[in-house]
Amino acid sequence: MEGARAMTLNVDHLAKQFSKNGQETVESLIDINLEVKDEEFVCILGPSGCGKTTLLRIVAGLEHPTSGTVKIDTTLIDRPNQKLGMIFQDYSLYPWRTVNENIAFGLELHDVPKEKRDSIVKKYITLAGLSEFGNSYPHELSGGMRQRVAVVRALAVEPTVLLMDEPFGALDAQTRNMLQNELLDIWQKTKKTILFVTHSVDEAVFLADRIVVLTPRPGRVCEIIHIDQVRPRDRTSVEFAKVRRHVLDLINQKCSLQ
Amino acid sequence: MNRIFLKLASVQRRSFLKILLPVAIIVAWEVLAIVLNNQFILPSLQSVFAVLLNPTADILGNGNLVDNAIISLERVIAGFLVAAVIAIPLGIWMGRSEIVHELFDSVMQLLRPIPPLAWVPLALAWFKIGLVSMVFIIGMGAFFPILLNTLDGVKGVKKTWIETAEILGAKEHQILSRVILPGAAPTIWTGLRVGFGIAWMCVVAAEMMPGTNSGLGYLIMSSYNWGQVPVIIAGMIVIGIIGVGFDYLFKMVDRRLFAWRELER
Repeated sequence: MEGARAMTLNVDHLAKQFSKNGQETVESLIDINLEVKDEEFVCILGPSGCGKTTLLRIVAGLEHPTSGTVKIDTTLIDRPNQKLGMIFQDYSLYPWRTVNENIAFGLELHDVPKEKRDSIVKKYITLAGLSEFGNSYPHELSGGMRQRVAVVRALAVEPTVLLMDEPFGALDAQTRNMLQNELLDIWQKTKKTILFVTHSVDEAVFLADRIVVLTPRPGRVCEIIHIDQVRPRDRTSVEFAKVRRHVLDLINQKCSLQ
Repeated sequence: MNRIFLKLASVQRRSFLKILLPVAIIVAWEVLAIVLNNQFILPSLQSVFAVLLNPTADILGNGNLVDNAIISLERVIAGFLVAAVIAIPLGIWMGRSEIVHELFDSVMQLLRPIPPLAWVPLALAWFKIGLVSMVFIIGMGAFFPILLNTLDGVKGVKKTWIETAEILGAKEHQILSRVILPGAAPTIWTGLRVGFGIAWMCVVAAEMMPGTNSGLGYLIMSSYNWGQVPVIIAGMIVIGIIGVGFDYLFKMVDRRLFAWRELER
């Protein structure tokens, strides 16, 4: 498989400004540098409005930076790229398509023959644990189930990097925890690289190899924290609490200052 | 048990309410017709039903009710289709491109409030008397509801639906056919339903134009000239029934195909 070759995602001196009312410019992101390695799980953590979603959208190729670049190895990302999959907070499932048809969507776009499509869909719906719901429509599913479908829809076209924009933000705490566990499971099985945006410290500490803490607007990289605790992590353990405390302190003090 | 009775009672009450007014109108009509005793103003129910119950009987040499209804329907479908074929692509184009929207917007806003019937003299001047004129007027009636709903539907397609497709590698034509069109379809369908309703009203008016010699509108006008009020009223009832029937068909299709619109939270 070509995925065996190690890949790096590079964000280099990235900045983004918006123009407000066509005049005043607002700085959204300033000088973001980030290197994400193959099969790494990186969380971008920051308060609302710090530009973390904008950063993710630029990495996805959905928006253009004012300056700086995003590259996968040597390929410049300035538009959506097959190597990058994205998952939105609102699931973004197509309500007129069944679960199977939603998962098959990306494959249809690339004219994958029906038989092959069906076997890939079967593989991924099993991975999502939703085999009995193949013919259901999104509105018949719970929020957690919908997000599972969105995740495997993105995986079905085999991207190397998965970009996730607060994917569990709209879910209740219990479902959220369950999906975090499932995501780690899928991540380990499929060996994807994940860039995950969240404002939840708990979520970031539970999931990430590294947490990139951004400052409030304009967003800069304030601190990068390595977490080498083994998984599955115990949210009630002393070590977990320590890391969480450390991150919270950063957010409340160093990273809240401009 | 009690609850079932209550529910039954409420269903009965509702259907009772629905037929209450029609029955009252029919009774009042019959009473008034007898009191007035003037069949040029209000003919008796019987005389109207006599026309309705013999829909294949020739009326004053103008053909029967059924044939004239079919002629009217053919015209309305022709005008409606022409309007849809222009309005849907234009609406999608305007919905997708801000430039195109700006470009067409002012002209659309100006033309929209002009009632279709105000086009009658121009239609006659341009296309003379005949099918083309009628199709033009009917098309004018159907055009704007279809256009505006298509525009609305396209603009209402969720941004993340489109972005998801882009991320998954969709080309522009695939986004159009697999995201925009199905996403906007329920609203476009509403436009078609409203457009058809207006087109149906327009056909009857269009058939009252001078020189027409068939269709329900003509039948009504001609019956007026001959003082056949029962035929006028029978014709109006047929127009109403056909209008309701088509509206119902549109709604049925809507419920079948686009149930997801209501169910999506």
